[in-house]
Amino acid sequence: MARLAREHGAGLLLGLAFALWPALAAALGLEWSLELAARILIYALAAGALNLVLGYGGLVSFGHAAFFGAGAYVVAILAYHDMVLGPVAIAGLEIPGTSDAWIAFPLAVLVAGLLALVIGALSLRTNGLYFIMITLAFAQMIYYLFVSLPDYGGEDGLSLFARSSLRPLELDDNLAFYYLCLGLLALLLAAKALVVRARFGWALMGIRDNERRMTALGLPTFRYKLAAFVLSGAVTGLAGALIANLTEFVSPAFLSWPVSGELLVMVILGGIGRLYGPLYGATALLLLEFALKEWSEHWQLALGPILILVVLFARGGLAGLRRPRGAGHG
Amino acid sequence: MKLRMTALAAATLAALPLVAGAPAKAADPVRIGMITTLSGGGSGLGIDIRDGFKLAVDEEGGKLGGVPVELIVDDDARKPDVATELANRMVERDHVQIMTGIVWSNLAIAVVPKVTRAGVFYISPNAGPSLLAGKGCSPNYFNVAWQNDNLHEAMGQYVQDKGFKKVYLIAPNYPAGKDALAGFKRYYKGGVAGEVYTQLGQTDYAAEIAALRDAKPDAVFFFLPGGMGISFIKQYAQAGLNGQIPLFGPAFSFDQGILGAVGEAALGVVNSSQWNKDIDNAANRAFVAGFQKAYGRLPSLYASQGYDAARLIASALKKTGGVADKDAFRKALEAADFDSVRGAFKFASNHHPIQTIYVREVVKEGDVLTNKIIGTAFKEHGDAYAAECKM
Amino acid sequence: MVSPLLLLEQTLNGLQFGVMLFLIAAGLTLVLGIMNLVNLAHGSLYMVGAFVCAWAARESGSFLIGLIAALPATAAVAVVVELLVVRRLYARDHLDQVLATFGLILFFNEATKMIWGARPLRLDLPAFLNGTVEILPGAPYPAFRLTVIGVGLAVALGLYLLVARTRLGMLIRAGASNREMVSALGVDIDRLYTLVFALGAALTALAGALAGPIYAVEIGMGETVLIPVFVVIVIGGIGSIRGAFVAALLVGLTFVLGRAFLPGLFELFLGPSAASTLGSALSAMAIYILMAAVLIWRPRGLFPPHG
Repeated sequence: MARLAREHGAGLLLGLAFALWPALAAALGLEWSLELAARILIYALAAGALNLVLGYGGLVSFGHAAFFGAGAYVVAILAYHDMVLGPVAIAGLEIPGTSDAWIAFPLAVLVAGLLALVIGALSLRTNGLYFIMITLAFAQMIYYLFVSLPDYGGEDGLSLFARSSLRPLELDDNLAFYYLCLGLLALLLAAKALVVRARFGWALMGIRDNERRMTALGLPTFRYKLAAFVLSGAVTGLAGALIANLTEFVSPAFLSWPVSGELLVMVILGGIGRLYGPLYGATALLLLEFALKEWSEHWQLALGPILILVVLFARGGLAGLRRPRGAGHG
Repeated sequence: MKLRMTALAAATLAALPLVAGAPAKAADPVRIGMITTLSGGGSGLGIDIRDGFKLAVDEEGGKLGGVPVELIVDDDARKPDVATELANRMVERDHVQIMTGIVWSNLAIAVVPKVTRAGVFYISPNAGPSLLAGKGCSPNYFNVAWQNDNLHEAMGQYVQDKGFKKVYLIAPNYPAGKDALAGFKRYYKGGVAGEVYTQLGQTDYAAEIAALRDAKPDAVFFFLPGGMGISFIKQYAQAGLNGQIPLFGPAFSFDQGILGAVGEAALGVVNSSQWNKDIDNAANRAFVAGFQKAYGRLPSLYASQGYDAARLIASALKKTGGVADKDAFRKALEAADFDSVRGAFKFASNHHPIQTIYVREVVKEGDVLTNKIIGTAFKEHGDAYAAECKM
Repeated sequence: MVSPLLLLEQTLNGLQFGVMLFLIAAGLTLVLGIMNLVNLAHGSLYMVGAFVCAWAARESGSFLIGLIAALPATAAVAVVVELLVVRRLYARDHLDQVLATFGLILFFNEATKMIWGARPLRLDLPAFLNGTVEILPGAPYPAFRLTVIGVGLAVALGLYLLVARTRLGMLIRAGASNREMVSALGVDIDRLYTLVFALGAALTALAGALAGPIYAVEIGMGETVLIPVFVVIVIGGIGSIRGAFVAALLVGLTFVLGRAFLPGLFELFLGPSAASTLGSALSAMAIYILMAAVLIWRPRGLFPPHG
């Protein structure tokens, strides 16, 4: 019990704060903050997905914007065909668009996962900096593809006109949407906590720490890494589907490399390979950005050095403040 | 860490009510939210829009049209999700009744439909994508600058009038670039020596310039906003093409902020604009002098648009005294009863400008490069999308 | 049909762009290879070099004075950054380096804007470089671009000699592979690293100053080049000067020839507007396709350094 509190205390506390926030916000007249809080949760979800490969698998992907954007575009394109363009004819079949999240969200996960399968299968032959750059390369290819794809708005992007419907939930209701984001994040964290304790997580961390040894033990390391990458890409796609609904808009900006960078920054800031690290990281970075922008238009002048100070003096990120480095990954 | 996290949460809780505004009361000033780009690449445009707008507010001592206003400015960092979240925050927290400021078309498409649906008026000081002028128009959306195609259409008309027969066209490979060349060709009917779409954000144009020279056109029209245009104009001059093949483009690449960076390479280039600092009317003279006095630099096109956005709002507030009666305020905006710094100005049925578009030439005044009006491409020019707009 | 003259000119354009990429990449690959430091703020130093050059050139009225001022000024900035921040990052893993140097980017962009304003700066060429040279009849070529090629080749040669032939180079090579041994020789390794970091910054400033008259001197110019430069370094093999040189030329050629000829190629099948759109999209992706292909074929780049 004590161990549980030690490991999960701060993370659960923050989660509880997020769960209670809407009631508190309503009492304080801060309903506007729900959208900011939802954005934090969505980025935490994407960063959490990245953490699976980065923290537990040691694979630094600099191309997760591809999966984030792919998920967003699946939702937007389906809605666009539903509202504006009408059905597409593929091989004689009339395929209609949809604004139904029960179809669009799983499809977003599927497409992002398949994309991760292709990119992962090609990229995982490399490692270290080379892996960072090859994942970036694939993301950039997709970015330029969407910038120059005139049918779906190109650089101007696509407007969704309304959020998807997730019967019986109405996502146009900010509160329902907020709790959907929170619920999915909680689900991801719980699943991750289980996966990490299972054989899969054990194998993944073993590969991260010493791939040669795991190969010698007869473990198909490539397959493990690929599976983790696909899982991570698929969940990032789900986060993308959510962000498209939050902003009711998608554009290639969601596919651009600064998004990949921001996700990395969130994971590192929060604590690599820590269960709640991405939640800490996304919360800290976006709240910091918010607070500094309220303070001055020169907010980047302060944000930059703060990030540097975190690296220099808080090794292991925010989650690492709780325990000395090397005390095990949770 | 538990302690620290709790402390952080507590600090956040404590800080939030401080920045939260109370709902607007009748006696409160009219709140205007400005979302614009103040950091990173392209921040020069956002800063000019903000400064132009603020100048108009400062001139009236914190009022517009005699009504006290509160201007709330925030930085979108050129990211769509940041912009939409800011818009939501300004509507829900700050209870803004009017919004303005966005520089880029994609951010406008992300934000405008959402806020106009929420009953907020949006006055665009720059971006005017075809979607918002046509099918996606809204009773609460007004554009005080131009529809995106306008300046390109003007250049097309001018190049047509001058009798060029074989024009080479260059624009970035994105919707605004395609719209630009389509707009140009809407009025230019001669031959096309080549139509090239470059990469967004490209800096090196050696390949395009070599191909262009090889195609032997009698004129070149280009639309490359921001740093892309700076690079292109410099490289065009360095390739020795200045004076050989005349270059034409919209004002964006010959604006005061850009000319200072391009230097002599732009001298003599003809470009199109709805505004210039030498337009001779009282409002413009006061604006140019006031801007220089307040900020110590020459105003840019974007500053003039920010200023006009504020003056348009002022004209409507003067008539209505506030935004409480939305229909009255909308009617007052539609009347556009203000002295625009560009001279004659009125709105078309889709709330986009009907205005004169000038042709200017880059000249040197002492040491400073700037523009001089040399002709008029269009009088009372509207846009091609008004018919698609059903309000 | 493409004329041979145009093909030749475009090839030269590709080489020139490649040399420019090499100039920017050289400092980065040096620092990456020797100190094992991923420096995202490399682009910021490039920006600082260009801004100092533009500012000094404007104040003095001479591009050459601007160029000469940019090198030591940027190196000095780099030394301060190295002593305050970067020095503490050598022993860290790449991720810590990414986060910290990302912080540096934010800081440098905002600081540059506060010092020089948000509008782009002007940087003109001196008259004697601002013309064209008729390298082939009917193909005038900008003199300054030829100068860039010359400087780039000289830097490549100079770096090769420095690393292969000098005592400093020997220490650098030894330091990269065995820190303790160099320390045991009585060499102050901290000072050596500071020196290498400053050298890399000076090289980058040179690139920035040379890029200034051709491109735009503006906030954010560093991030525009950062990604292509990393592409170059990775294709070449991290830490290999020779690899960076070959890869830079390869990327430059791909970039320019793709843009020059892909749309024409597609025009054989498609309408001119569609061909230009598709050609442009594909040429934008070309260098990334090149990198992915090289890494799938050779996972450690073309010239992986030993060890």
